[in-house]
Amino acid sequence: MQGAGPAICLGNDIDTDIIIAGRYLRTKDRSVWAEHAFEDLDPGLAPRLSGSVIVAGRNMGCGSSREQAVVALREAGVVGVVAPSFARIFFRNAINVGLPVIEAEVSCTDGARVAFDLDAGWVEVDGVRHAARPLSPKMVAILRAGGLVPYWRSCR
Amino acid sequence: MSTLSERILGAPAGAYIDREVDIAFAHDGTGVLAREALREMGVERLPHPERLRLIFDHIVPANTGTTATLQAELREYARSFGIELSDAGGGICHQVMSEGVVRPGMVVVGADSHTCTLGAFGAFATGVGATDMAAIWASGATWFRVPETVAVNLAGRLEGAAEAKDIALAYVAELGMEGATYRALEFVGDGAAGISMDGRLTLSNMAVETGAKAGIFYADAVTVRYLAEHGLMASPQVPEDCCYERTVDIDLADIVPLVAVPHRVDTVREAEEVAGTPLDQVFVGTCTNGRFEDLARFARIIRGKKVAVRTLVVPASRPVLARAIAAGVLADIVDAGCMVAPPGCGPCLGAHAGVLGEGEVCLSTANRNFKNRMGVGGEIYLSSVATAAASALTGEITVPEVV
Repeated sequence: MQGAGPAICLGNDIDTDIIIAGRYLRTKDRSVWAEHAFEDLDPGLAPRLSGSVIVAGRNMGCGSSREQAVVALREAGVVGVVAPSFARIFFRNAINVGLPVIEAEVSCTDGARVAFDLDAGWVEVDGVRHAARPLSPKMVAILRAGGLVPYWRSCR
Repeated sequence: MSTLSERILGAPAGAYIDREVDIAFAHDGTGVLAREALREMGVERLPHPERLRLIFDHIVPANTGTTATLQAELREYARSFGIELSDAGGGICHQVMSEGVVRPGMVVVGADSHTCTLGAFGAFATGVGATDMAAIWASGATWFRVPETVAVNLAGRLEGAAEAKDIALAYVAELGMEGATYRALEFVGDGAAGISMDGRLTLSNMAVETGAKAGIFYADAVTVRYLAEHGLMASPQVPEDCCYERTVDIDLADIVPLVAVPHRVDTVREAEEVAGTPLDQVFVGTCTNGRFEDLARFARIIRGKKVAVRTLVVPASRPVLARAIAAGVLADIVDAGCMVAPPGCGPCLGAHAGVLGEGEVCLSTANRNFKNRMGVGGEIYLSSVATAAASALTGEITVPEVV
């Protein structure tokens, strides 16, 4: 499973409140979350997310278990999220909604060309390859199916 | 020889296991998404409805028509699938689960990050997302990676005005916001025995602020007595010699009132260092510090006086509220000029009922002070109940006196 896009660089300890604020949680309309993603960090960020790869720092997605955070990124068209470490609930949520997450240590400049291969376990930034921590076969299978819901349906 | 997580999950650290869960709950926020996922999955029957709970706590009572409609749909779902519902006003999910539901040795999952609170009973309790919860409701089980364990070794007794929350802030500062990611914390040592059940719930609650998956106390005489009062039989758990990945030593006699300053929960100062910081609001409550012991401590300090700043008190559950009424604690709180809101999460997550305006400063007994969490441009300091009470009386961050 592969993906590529221009990098959007974020810092350490990006929490799920800053990805999607509590005031936007009370809806089932997923486009609302995509529209307001990162609003309190940088209101100019949401329109740039489509087709991008987020390259974050350590402890990406810490805090609240809100799944709206990973859904917001997926709905906004984020291709994948690369970080040296993730908060565990965010990591599980991302896989469950079909958003590729890649554990790897890379340096980031905004707009750099980022590519990844989940099966082979690598990330490339501007053509320089870095090793990524492999996902379990079940995680890859869930991602490949497009998330836990389609995976569940395919297993029935 | 095993850690408590290894014993409960039945496998060594690092192993991936599939495990049936004993209790699986969601709240009004995550429940909506879980229900959507169940519908998309085509699930028409839940194998163990008796193990499931829905608890309305995040926005109660509903603040808008949209929220009310979503809650009505969830209420109907609970009714039609035979899931026990704790409706608006019943209290915060973790508190409701702590009042006679969770027992030592259980595997508990909640669709809320602070589910680790329930590790205070010697249960393996952890947070999951909404789609994970949907799959758990549909199958009765989930997968875990058995965590390595970091020991938080508590020695001695608290002195002066320090309380359990100050211990929690101390270990979060020591470990940092990702110091225990993917790991479990175990609270051990002779100091653990001297901490009340309410205090243990406070300590376990903040485990996730270090990235931990669980924050566990061994069940002992304190646990057994508390559960008996809530109608449950339980036995103590005996620790084994085991290998911890790391041990953090905390001498409780060294703990002083602490404050986490904006915007990181692991940026912790002695209350003394930030004393004098002007406040626009004080908030006492949440799954960290909204229990009876907390309200009683708050009332003892403010009794017969008047608060100097907007002060909001939110009991963690209806039983907590009822006990506070019966004990006269609530009257003291109201007479001092505080507002009292219905049991629930209150403004902790910034969705309603006490959000901050641009530039406003709040001293809160909650567990998170992320930038903008309680309102855009607001600043959140986190403290103990005693520090919140002393500060409510002066309108600025104030070191509590020994009561």
